[in-house]
Amino acid sequence: MASVKLPESKIQELKEVCQKYDNKGSELINVLHGAQELFGYLPAEVQEIIADELNVSVAHVYGVVTFYSFFSMLPKGRNPISICMGTACYVRGAEKVLDEFKRILNVKVGETTGDGKFSLSCLRCVGACGLAPVVTIGERVYGRVSADDVKKILSEYA
Amino acid sequence: MDIVKLTIDDKPVVVERGTTLLEAAKSIGINIPTLCYMKLEDLNFENKPGGCRVCVVEVEGRRNLAPACKTECSEGMVVHSHTVRVINARRTVMELILSDHPAECLTCAKSGNCDLQSMAQKLGIRELHYKGEQSRYKGDKSPAIIREMDKCIMCRRCETACNDVQTVGVLSAINRGFESVVAPAFEMDLDKSSCTYCGQCVAVCPTAALTERDSTWKVVEAIVNPQKTVIVQTAPAVRAALGEAFGMEPGTLVTGKMVAALKKLGFDYVFDTDFAADLTIMEEGAEILDRLSRHLNGDKEVKLPILTSCCPGWVKFFEHHFPEMIDIPSTAKSPQQMFGAIAKSYFAQQLKKKREDLVVVSVMPCLAKKYECTREEFQVNGDPDVNLSISTRELANLIRNANLDFGKLTDEDFDHPLGESTGASVIFGTTGGVIEAAIRSAYEMFTEKKLEKVDFLELRGMEGIRKATVDFDGLPINIGIAHGLGNARKLLEDIKAGKSEFHAIEIMACPGGCIGGGGQPYHHGDVEILKKRQKAIYAEDAGKPIRKSHENPYIQKLYKEFLGKPLSDKSHELLHTHYFDRKSKIEVNH
Ligand code: SF4
Ligand code: SF4
Ligand code: SF4
Repeated sequence: MASVKLPESKIQELKEVCQKYDNKGSELINVLHGAQELFGYLPAEVQEIIADELNVSVAHVYGVVTFYSFFSMLPKGRNPISICMGTACYVRGAEKVLDEFKRILNVKVGETTGDGKFSLSCLRCVGACGLAPVVTIGERVYGRVSADDVKKILSEYA
Repeated sequence: MDIVKLTIDDKPVVVERGTTLLEAAKSIGINIPTLCYMKLEDLNFENKPGGCRVCVVEVEGRRNLAPACKTECSEGMVVHSHTVRVINARRTVMELILSDHPAECLTCAKSGNCDLQSMAQKLGIRELHYKGEQSRYKGDKSPAIIREMDKCIMCRRCETACNDVQTVGVLSAINRGFESVVAPAFEMDLDKSSCTYCGQCVAVCPTAALTERDSTWKVVEAIVNPQKTVIVQTAPAVRAALGEAFGMEPGTLVTGKMVAALKKLGFDYVFDTDFAADLTIMEEGAEILDRLSRHLNGDKEVKLPILTSCCPGWVKFFEHHFPEMIDIPSTAKSPQQMFGAIAKSYFAQQLKKKREDLVVVSVMPCLAKKYECTREEFQVNGDPDVNLSISTRELANLIRNANLDFGKLTDEDFDHPLGESTGASVIFGTTGGVIEAAIRSAYEMFTEKKLEKVDFLELRGMEGIRKATVDFDGLPINIGIAHGLGNARKLLEDIKAGKSEFHAIEIMACPGGCIGGGGQPYHHGDVEILKKRQKAIYAEDAGKPIRKSHENPYIQKLYKEFLGKPLSDKSHELLHTHYFDRKSKIEVNH
């Protein structure tokens, strides 16, 4: 299982995050937030350390991580793709756009491509309903995206 | 005491404030049906997620039906537990649960013992009106336990057993909504986790989501193979529970019928794990005395307390959770493994056969024994000392498969030489028994006096942690007993903190000891059954002509002809073992 080697300095920082919350099991969600900020995601090893520090079972930590969609166990890609699934985007075909991204990149929502280039996630309304459906890649915002545009958009990152 | 009065189904009832409707109803003999709720009195087990909603009742003046397991009684409440509205609601709930359940009862391992199936019967479900999507999860086959999560109804009893009672913490509800399931961290398989295979999750699972790995057919294959001599050993707790599988009263001892059934099934030799339990006492008793006398002589190196090591669930627990203490437990193997080692050496020699030509089968109340016999240190050139371990439930199935009328079998006796045992070995089946057996022998070896009173009532009972001081002719010996791994953890924390004053501690992973093992006939939440089994075990002990392990004539013969004396080189080679640090380690980049 231990597939990711964590740098020692980061482990120290992670332990400090736990200490900030008095190593209390009841603070698990806050600790996980802090850890995700630190690592960008929550690999198994990080969850094991947190379990140890807070004296709760790893299974429990994993249970919480998988319950909240905010937490991710996969590293974000270099170009994180987010597709707005707010009502306006949804009714204007965001799901078809999402399906096209999934098909071309061959990943599911929450996953990262094998080469680490793209990761795919969904968002609630980003407040750009006039541009629906909206896709963001990193800092860039794409409006009125249709399934047919997906290929072209991705080619910009070749 | 603060009390409230209410009526349930027109019967008045008075209960303490805080009592739930479910418990109040039970106190006047109304058993409101439940699927997820389970309480095991005395064993620190209460599962009350309020999730299944089968227990709903009607409370006058309330618009919605109330779940009885979650609703507290209040003054003047008028409750109806089986109105048409209630029954309809229960049926709807049940149909919804079943809409996501594979209807495989005909071929399901749990059929006939399944709480979900019997609830569907009880509610008279004949048709399913909701056609749901079926959840599909990957199966998980460990050496001892099979997880078939398609059949999970998310009652979460297994979590309560693993986390609250055993404090192993392997299982947790993960994911959300339709995807949610109970699983180990990272959805890894059980054999990658710190699961102890105690099987307490299996013992409380209402469905076939958790079952034992079934080896019955492998046993049959061995029996019909003319090249093999097949030997069976039966653990003490099996005889106190097997009868339940055939409708007998819990606590009925069926030793003679069990032996008769095993002979009819075609085993070549029917022996008793109890013989090996006597052997365990010889070795473990000698070890206790050795450590104790070195301690009394001022040897600072010697580690006390000594902990028993007969229970493979407990062994795996300390290997994962307390690896820094692996030099404290006795090095004596469990009786199952001692039996295998002796059968494939001493007894093989007597038969003039090679060890590979023998197949040793064990019948155990336990699922951890299935795992134990696969451990590499218990094999010689790939040939395991114990080839197959089946549970009490599996033996019951074998007996049914062979169409034997169990209740009508005439009692038979174990074969010799590995079938002779004392009362001391029988009580290995219950919490407190191993240490009582050890004391009976250690006392005589230490004081060189005859022990007149062999019953140590102060060591018996069902409390999770028990303490007693036994007088070794002027020397007070402090004994600790824990059953259930959560209780064991408490004693271990004390030892770690230097707070322990014990000389010897007995630990069994399962609540009640082996009588409450994960392979026993299902108790369906009735703790009284465990107590009756315990009584039966002590009754068998009391009826034995010899009640101290070192007086077993066949044990004496085994030492004279083969082993020499306890803790001899030969004993060490065959009867002792070592432990491994299994704590999961995180790789670090320096
Ligand atoms: S778990 Fe119970 S209800 Fe489900 S298939 Fe098996 S016996 Fe039938
Ligand atoms: S067998 Fe015991 S340790 Fe393993 S998951 Fe079940 S309850 Fe937990
Ligand atoms: S595995 Fe069994 S005990 Fe655990 S939640 Fe599912 S049905 Fe309940």
